[in-house]
Amino acid sequence: MKLIFSFFLVAIFSIQAFSQELGPKESKISKEFSLEVSSDHRFFFKDGLYNKQENYFASIAIEPEFTLKWDEGEQRIIGDLFGRLSTHDQNRSHWDIRELYYQIAKNDWELSAGLKKIYWGVIESVHLVDVINQTDLVEGFDGEDKLGQPMLHYTWLSNFGTFEGFLLPYHRKRTLPREEGRLRFPIVLDAADAEYESDMDEFDLGGAFRYSNYFGVFDVGLSYIYHTNREFLVRSNEAFQLVPYYEKMHQLGLEVQATTGAFLWKFEGINRYADSDDFMALAAGGEYTFSNIKSSGVDLGVLAEFIYDDREPIQFDFETGEITGSTGTGFQKDIFVGGRLGFNDTQDSAILFGGLFDLEKEGKIFSLEAERRFAQNWKGELELRIFTDFEEDELFYFFRDDSFIQLNLGRYF
Amino acid sequence: MNRIIVLAFIIAFSTSGFSQNRGLEIAKKYDEAYTGWGSYATTSKMILKNQHGQESSRLLSGRNLEQSSDGDKSMIFFDSPKDVKGTAVLTFTHKEGTDDQWLYLPAIKRVKRIASTNKSGPFVGSEFAYEDLSSQEIEKYSYKYVKDEKANGANCHVVERDPVDPKSGYKFMHVYYNPNQKYRIEKIVFFDRKGSKFKTLIYKGYQKYKGSYWFPDELHMTNHQSQKETRIMFETYNFNVDLEDNDFSQTKLRSAK
Repeated sequence: MKLIFSFFLVAIFSIQAFSQELGPKESKISKEFSLEVSSDHRFFFKDGLYNKQENYFASIAIEPEFTLKWDEGEQRIIGDLFGRLSTHDQNRSHWDIRELYYQIAKNDWELSAGLKKIYWGVIESVHLVDVINQTDLVEGFDGEDKLGQPMLHYTWLSNFGTFEGFLLPYHRKRTLPREEGRLRFPIVLDAADAEYESDMDEFDLGGAFRYSNYFGVFDVGLSYIYHTNREFLVRSNEAFQLVPYYEKMHQLGLEVQATTGAFLWKFEGINRYADSDDFMALAAGGEYTFSNIKSSGVDLGVLAEFIYDDREPIQFDFETGEITGSTGTGFQKDIFVGGRLGFNDTQDSAILFGGLFDLEKEGKIFSLEAERRFAQNWKGELELRIFTDFEEDELFYFFRDDSFIQLNLGRYF
Repeated sequence: MNRIIVLAFIIAFSTSGFSQNRGLEIAKKYDEAYTGWGSYATTSKMILKNQHGQESSRLLSGRNLEQSSDGDKSMIFFDSPKDVKGTAVLTFTHKEGTDDQWLYLPAIKRVKRIASTNKSGPFVGSEFAYEDLSSQEIEKYSYKYVKDEKANGANCHVVERDPVDPKSGYKFMHVYYNPNQKYRIEKIVFFDRKGSKFKTLIYKGYQKYKGSYWFPDELHMTNHQSQKETRIMFETYNFNVDLEDNDFSQTKLRSAK
């Protein structure tokens, strides 16, 4: 973490020195600060399959954010810190710098240095191309919680689209639950024991490139990344302990969305090349929105997405000690069907619901997420995940007794 | 007898043709008066009042860029409530066909293209529909002069405006143009799909910017059917921002605020 900081500081000072060259401007600094304090309660309906697993997790989290702007907003420092304290699972009690970066933004280019979050992709049910940031797995099940990634990020807004280059000097390890935690494999892996293919370990230097543009109804994104994989293999170390093992990877990604009237057509796909495996994965689907139903103001979006992944899910053979397959996906041929209800009311109430169905096996995951604001500064969220009918050769078989409901209440300052 | 009917038809047609021409002429005069402003940025406060008189508010900031060959470009940023702070919408209006629209979700830093066909739905729980806030391009309506009537104490031309888009929430609206103040709009009365009186929008506190453009300090929308009200109070207009096309890009949805 210290090293991330020093990288950040060096980057800030070098860019600062560079931007001074561009000529000083009005130096009025504007500051903004906000804070979110929230408490969540996660309750698992069944006892855990594995030793020591708990059923009820309560936690509190704080997330202070700040922005410093000067030079008429052309230069900024953004900070977003995060910390959680949980009753069980010491790994869920964790903190992170989600973002802390300096940015200079001109009309047709931007340069950022520091820890930043980047989102790529168009599909709702899985996030295939979105690999700049490591997943903060102990935070959430859907892979949308991310750790801050140290980077230099350059964006060029040209007449033929947006070109982005990323220099990635550090790899973040995926957060993993301890013994008490749920939604885990039968063996407990310690993120700190992780081993790397790169001689530089987590200081592996990588890069990424993205081109994005829109042509009428089409939005297109093409990306390439060469860095240490965000997903890991499980292998035994010299002390015969099972540890996460991070390989180097090349990944090519493509995203396309066509927006025709109330229909959204979406595709995203990747080809990933690593020592252990080359594979492709894709997801494609559509979304249709019935808006302002019967003049009630309510919108209903219905969506269906097909997911295909070449990889086999991870399997532990406890007799031979052999481990095969990938921790990266639980989907081989699946379909997601769901809906999104937006009430368009003063409280911004919304409900997201759906089911993931394995097309070759019996496994299903049902989910529901609802949110609503209370008064001016409170927000309540409800999340429900049900795992059902999973068979032995599916990744979610390990989580078959981990259906849960979670309530979250947040206050914004 | 036949001749009289024919004559009546001719008169009816020519007067309706006349009132259509006059309606369009007025709309064009309005459009001309609002040509050449270039770009501007605003900050505003939206106050929503429900039927029990309870109020809630949102702080917004926006930027607009005039386009000559196509509809205007705009961005709206939400500054409060705090849980949606940073959320932003980018819209490219088109004179014909549906607009292009992108939404920025700050929690996961995601920009997504969204369907812009929801014209009639309420904008963030307010009494303004999306179509009320989008750029008012001439091609989006047909026009018919109705009468002269006072609004905000000024003599106005009342023009019936019929939306071309069948997805509009309105059958028509009566727009009150003030010919003595460069055809600025004083009031709009909206009629729902059944033709019943639905909402009234009053433009208040007009001020002149850049020497010739009238912009209101307040938009006050009253829904006659639900008894709810929404006021948008503009706190600042900045016509010196000198914005360009790149300032209305997906990248700037994230970095402009």
